Amino acid sequence: MGERLTTSTLLVTEEDEKKHEIIRAKGEGKELTKEEKQRLRKEKKQHKKNKKDDRGPPEKEKEKEKASVPAPSKPATQSPAHKAAPVPVNASASESPVAAEKPAKSKAELRAERRARQDSERASKQGKKEGGQQSTSSKPKATPNELQPVVKRLPDHVQVDDPVALKKLAKKLERQQKSGQGCSLNITGVKVPLRSDYGYKVSLFSHLHQYSRKNPPTQQISIPVTVIHPSIVRLGLQYSQGIIAGSNARSVALLHAFKQVIQDYSTPPNEELSRDLVNKLSPYISFLSQCRPLSASMGNAIKYIKKEISNIPSQCKEEEAKRILQECIDSYINEKIILASEAISKYAIEKISDGDVILVYGCSSLVNHILCEAFEKQRKFRVIVVDSRPRLEGREALRRLVKKGIRCTYVLISALSYILPEVSKVFLGAHALLANGYVMSRVGTSQIALVAKAYNVPVLVCCETYKFCERVQTDSFVSNELDDPDDLIVTRNGKTHLENWQTVKSLGLLNLVYDVTPPDFVDLVITDLGMIPCTSVPVVLRVKNVDQ
Amino acid sequence: MPGADKETDLSERIESFLSELKRCGSGAGSLRGSAETARETTALLRRITAQARWGNAGELMEIIRKEGRRMTAAQPSETTVGNMIRRVLKIIREEYARSRGSSEETDQQESLHKLLTSGGSSEDNFRQHFTHLKANVIEAINELLTELEGTTDNISMQALEHIHSNEVIMTIGRSRTVEAFLKDAARKRKFHVIVAECAPFCQGHEMATSLCKEDIETTVIPDAAIFAVMSRVNKVIIGTQTVLANGGLRAVNGTHTLALAAKHHSTPLIVCAPMFKLSPQVPDTPYNHTKLKSVDTILYIHILSKVNAHCPVFDYVPPELITLFISNIGGNAPSYIYRLMSELYHPEDHEL
Repeated sequence: MGERLTTSTLLVTEEDEKKHEIIRAKGEGKELTKEEKQRLRKEKKQHKKNKKDDRGPPEKEKEKEKASVPAPSKPATQSPAHKAAPVPVNASASESPVAAEKPAKSKAELRAERRARQDSERASKQGKKEGGQQSTSSKPKATPNELQPVVKRLPDHVQVDDPVALKKLAKKLERQQKSGQGCSLNITGVKVPLRSDYGYKVSLFSHLHQYSRKNPPTQQISIPVTVIHPSIVRLGLQYSQGIIAGSNARSVALLHAFKQVIQDYSTPPNEELSRDLVNKLSPYISFLSQCRPLSASMGNAIKYIKKEISNIPSQCKEEEAKRILQECIDSYINEKIILASEAISKYAIEKISDGDVILVYGCSSLVNHILCEAFEKQRKFRVIVVDSRPRLEGREALRRLVKKGIRCTYVLISALSYILPEVSKVFLGAHALLANGYVMSRVGTSQIALVAKAYNVPVLVCCETYKFCERVQTDSFVSNELDDPDDLIVTRNGKTHLENWQTVKSLGLLNLVYDVTPPDFVDLVITDLGMIPCTSVPVVLRVKNVDQ
Repeated sequence: MPGADKETDLSERIESFLSELKRCGSGAGSLRGSAETARETTALLRRITAQARWGNAGELMEIIRKEGRRMTAAQPSETTVGNMIRRVLKIIREEYARSRGSSEETDQQESLHKLLTSGGSSEDNFRQHFTHLKANVIEAINELLTELEGTTDNISMQALEHIHSNEVIMTIGRSRTVEAFLKDAARKRKFHVIVAECAPFCQGHEMATSLCKEDIETTVIPDAAIFAVMSRVNKVIIGTQTVLANGGLRAVNGTHTLALAAKHHSTPLIVCAPMFKLSPQVPDTPYNHTKLKSVDTILYIHILSKVNAHCPVFDYVPPELITLFISNIGGNAPSYIYRLMSELYHPEDHEL
């Protein structure tokens, strides 16, 4: 007993000592390493624990165990309190429940101080050596993400078969209704709805959601009181019903909705805009991903917005901050989407020669734009539009091209082998480009690339750089989207065979939305940075990260 | 006169059969499936043999050829009609040769020696009259009919040799042969079937519902997802409309894409086709790729006038993409098809 007391008192004194040291270090403008920050947080936690319950020997042993794991720096006097080498995932996992309990201020304070320190650090350009503390985890800012252990958290929408993950998601959605309120509002019993799956899922895809269009996610939300901004609700419904579809359209709609949200936002008292607005956006994003899983382009746009918001200096007035944010969003849309498509058209038109027969698939806004531009520049070509059930998006593309006056032919994807001998080039759009060179696009794209390869027809993929994504994927199963299975039902010759598919127990309908095309089927990728081969995608990602 | 009655009766039947053939292209006729067409054709040929006026084998063959040309002209895509006619012609030749007393082997093999020594054509135009020829021919045609009736069962019997448990099998469209094949295997083994629906007519839906009745785990996928799911498929089993002379297929549209995807993933492609589908045509004859259906099945909107739309019905699949043919006489590689064909049809009958 006595021993324990002394250890804990020793800990307390050691903690205080360290705290003083850390505050001293802060004052000197040196950077606090990640380890030290984690250590500080863990010590606080321990401190609380020691105060509350008397575990006695087991806890002491636990501490001793953790201490025995090699810690990179500090001298031996402080070893019992050291934790192991930083593993970001464990840290964040253990911290998130702790963080939720702690008042938001201290975390925000730490972050602000950290940022101030980073700025001063960059300005003064000091060397980062600090008495052996910086052994493994020093990250010079010039080369980004060099050897950072990239253990990302698995997204929720591919963990449907894991009941633990589903419970966590439900809890998170519940929590978000409270955190989004702030102290002034007083809404009860309204939460971001957890949408339920529909119909029998094919066993290979039991880890993905499958929603029905007939059960919109807003059924459980009561009107008018809601924690979600109405333009976001509208957007979510438009996504889930398929009114807004297509990667660019969804991103632009999202950004416009966020502009509206920022316009209507007012900072609650005692809160900073840069922190509170980000917290406000989280339930909106959860709601949207319940309506329809986020696309890669939307994910990148959201990351950008969050970064911009958190970069707002704290002394900025609210009106000024809002104006800055609106401008940022406008410039993002302009740069990454509109101007990018102009640049891509310019490159692509070089590849279209007179007398070409161009094959396109589905409705890609970018490819349609390229073809319309090429037609305006007096290129002589004709287009073959390939379409597929159940979405039949090719009809929309056909309509737009015919309106321009381009000569078009229309076939279904099963007629591909029949029509390909006439084709000279294939232009495809992309939903995202993955870091291993695979192209993620509408289902059927890989098939077109495969058959085109068999007939030796060049395949060109057109994609803006904001759709480049750091994920890697090798097949179309692990991360995909399942659309409403009822879309496959059709009446032919007066008979609807699949009408009662739910009643038949061994029948499943599979309506995939995306598939991945291996890079050896793709000859060229046209981006706003130029024409690159498929395998250069990670290079572009790296360049982009350095720029940011 | 009984003879005249017989003749008018015969010509009536032929006319009604021709009109059936013409209508069955649009799905409105009553002849469903190649097997039924083959049976009807053979039955009709037997009737012609029995009731038409002919004196010797040569005349009979002329009559049959004439009717055969009319039948194939009525529905060029239905090749089983032409195949049955060629089979019957071969039967006639064989019976004639047997009646004449010469052994069968020397007649069949066109050896270089025979060509040089015989000088002219060796059949002497089939002008000899044999009293029992009619009976023999009819008996042989009856044998052919029995064979036709047993083809589907013969093929299904081989199912267990090719399907193991927990397999994932992919198929496209609707083929009665494949349906029987899978149902037979399902009696003893548990496996999973993925059916590509084959737009625009979506025959795959019918296939799926029919398979589900036997408690086979079925999944329906749209055509666009064929390559996406192919990596999890163990075997591709398809039916076909025609097997061509080089071992290639003329099958429902979308099959070529399926075959290419299977080749890419090194998945075996098995074709279940009874022998009466074997046709001496080669890929570059007309009507080979397409029988264009009316395009309003795929495009209903008003811009149809400004747009070309294509809706082919059949696809050509080259023999390199096919792994195995399963027919009522067993399993064969595509490279062996030419040999089987020489046993079924006489070379002079390839052009009717």
